Amino acid sequence: MGKTLFEKIWDKHIVKQIDGGPSVIYIDKHFIHEVTSPQAFQGLEKRGLKVFRPQQVVATADHNVPTLNQHLPIKDELSRNQVQKLIENCAKHDIELYGLGHPFQGIVHVIGPELGITQPGMTIVCGDSHTSTHGAFGSIAFGIGTSEVEMVMATQCLMQSKPKLMRINVEGTLNKGVVSKDIILYIISLISASGATGYFVEYAGSAIRSLSMEARMTICNMSIEMGARGGMIAPDDITFDYIKGRLFSPGAAQWDRKMEYWKTLYSDADAVFDKEINIKAADIEPMITYGTNPGMGVGVNGHIPAENEISETERPSFLKSLNYMSLQPGSFIKGKKIDYVFIGSCTNGRIEDLRMVASFVKGKKKASDVEVWVVPGSKQVEKQARQEGIDKIFEEAGFQLRQPGCSACLGMNEDKIPAGKYCISTSNRNFEGRQGPSARTLLASPLTAAAAAITGQVVDVRELI
Amino acid sequence: MSKKINIVKSSVVPVNIENIDTDQIIPARFLKATSREGFGKNLFRDWRYANDDEQQPKADFPLNNPAYKGKILVAAKNFGCGSSREHAAWAIKDYGFDVVVSSFFADIFKNNALNNFLLPVQVSESFLQQIFAAVKIDPNTELEVNLEEQSITITSTGATEKFDISNYKKTCLLNGYDDIDYLLSLRADIEAFEATRI
Repeated sequence: MGKTLFEKIWDKHIVKQIDGGPSVIYIDKHFIHEVTSPQAFQGLEKRGLKVFRPQQVVATADHNVPTLNQHLPIKDELSRNQVQKLIENCAKHDIELYGLGHPFQGIVHVIGPELGITQPGMTIVCGDSHTSTHGAFGSIAFGIGTSEVEMVMATQCLMQSKPKLMRINVEGTLNKGVVSKDIILYIISLISASGATGYFVEYAGSAIRSLSMEARMTICNMSIEMGARGGMIAPDDITFDYIKGRLFSPGAAQWDRKMEYWKTLYSDADAVFDKEINIKAADIEPMITYGTNPGMGVGVNGHIPAENEISETERPSFLKSLNYMSLQPGSFIKGKKIDYVFIGSCTNGRIEDLRMVASFVKGKKKASDVEVWVVPGSKQVEKQARQEGIDKIFEEAGFQLRQPGCSACLGMNEDKIPAGKYCISTSNRNFEGRQGPSARTLLASPLTAAAAAITGQVVDVRELI
Repeated sequence: MSKKINIVKSSVVPVNIENIDTDQIIPARFLKATSREGFGKNLFRDWRYANDDEQQPKADFPLNNPAYKGKILVAAKNFGCGSSREHAAWAIKDYGFDVVVSSFFADIFKNNALNNFLLPVQVSESFLQQIFAAVKIDPNTELEVNLEEQSITITSTGATEKFDISNYKKTCLLNGYDDIDYLLSLRADIEAFEATRI
């Protein structure tokens, strides 16, 4: 029997197998940020330990940083303290930090790939559930808690049970106006916010293969939103072309040897998955969510389920969710007025996302009663956007181009959506209060968000392109 | 943090809501501390209080109902989904819970809970509904969770069910061991492993 892509990488990283228990797995790269690392450093210090392999750790400040005036001291005392702690801890433990003001600073899952740190065949962890993003390169990448951050700092290893394996095949050609965000929102709406819990997911099929690296990252990024431990895509020429020449990519001397290994990273034809799901790309419409978990999504022309379409046990939670959103069961979401648009996050804050939005809004103006925030995923994305004149297009459209960070995806800084307001967001979570207390989030693609920014409401972007 | 866990016998706090994500358990704006202590006061913050000033507790939320108390939190399916923030497990433990019962847990939360000696007990959907029904009739209903036996019992009715936990984690919880101690003991193996890599 052949091996899956996951098994090929997993097996190569087992340091020790505990009988009837988890495996001790070696971790190649460890990303850290200001919010989930301080208690891990504190734990190490209590044990009198130094970071075991500091050269395999990369740090950045992203979660709580302001997206305006980053050259000034952070106003919020607690945030400033957390960022300061990260600076001190990295200095003490010889960890490379791309902090505020550094040209490489940005959202951890944006900078890893763009710097060439993320590579096929690696095991990658971070104290952040969207670490699954890096799986787009054919690596095993997943989010961990702070105790596990401490374990990796102390030993470069983790205790992990092997997850079950699922493959999701998306075959065929995408409809006009349908992008990778719609693919993943469609998948989650199909299998629910817990449909992949216990599994590691491989995305395959012709529709996935045709995507750019950045589009693949969007899909892997949201694997956690259906409960999956992580998501991955086998590397191919698109992957290798993306990696080549980046700052930390293998140089000419190592390249051929690396490629020899990377080209073995695919699921064998006779590999067996615990579960397979087949999806036709043609069935996917531009997607929008209406509820308070990412599984509560529909095609933009669809309607919110009626009460009788929801099982009796699930109905109270369904109604609680719609009550929070102030939306009616059975109603259509198209035409819904929105107040804010947020374009950014580790899901959709890359240069291709900004280009996609810019090409749609060029020469147009935002609706007068809508506020639009565009938050680039990194300093490099911001720089690239300015070089390409995308900043001018946004300025003319009335969009605010801010500075890099996680921003309104989780509202840890001051970028919060006011209570009761509707925000169409390219981020990954529509949980209650996620974007600010009592804020209401509708998740969508950058294209659908751009269309909403111009029209002031939820629209089918295909009618405008 | 109290280490070691074996038998927990207690009344419960029932939160009969599905898909409780870690943003509800502890909202992001309360993640700015740099130590592990004190998160309990912000547990379920936005479901407990109308405003950040704590002046207006929401009476209908179970944590604010004096009838419900105890060391066991009972919640509907897919508990702990979303963000990997371990602060969620810290907040639940810090508030005073030793056990969380649900019919389904998100993976990262489950690991985080186990690493903090907070025992996640996964029961069948029908057993979960029995618990909610029993607590509705009598808020003083007690559950007995026995880790050694891997059993959970509604003491008033005697209804009981077995739950799963890996032998490794069970040993850790019963004895108060943590993963880091174990991994540190493997340093020589880890260095030998590193030496074999390209």
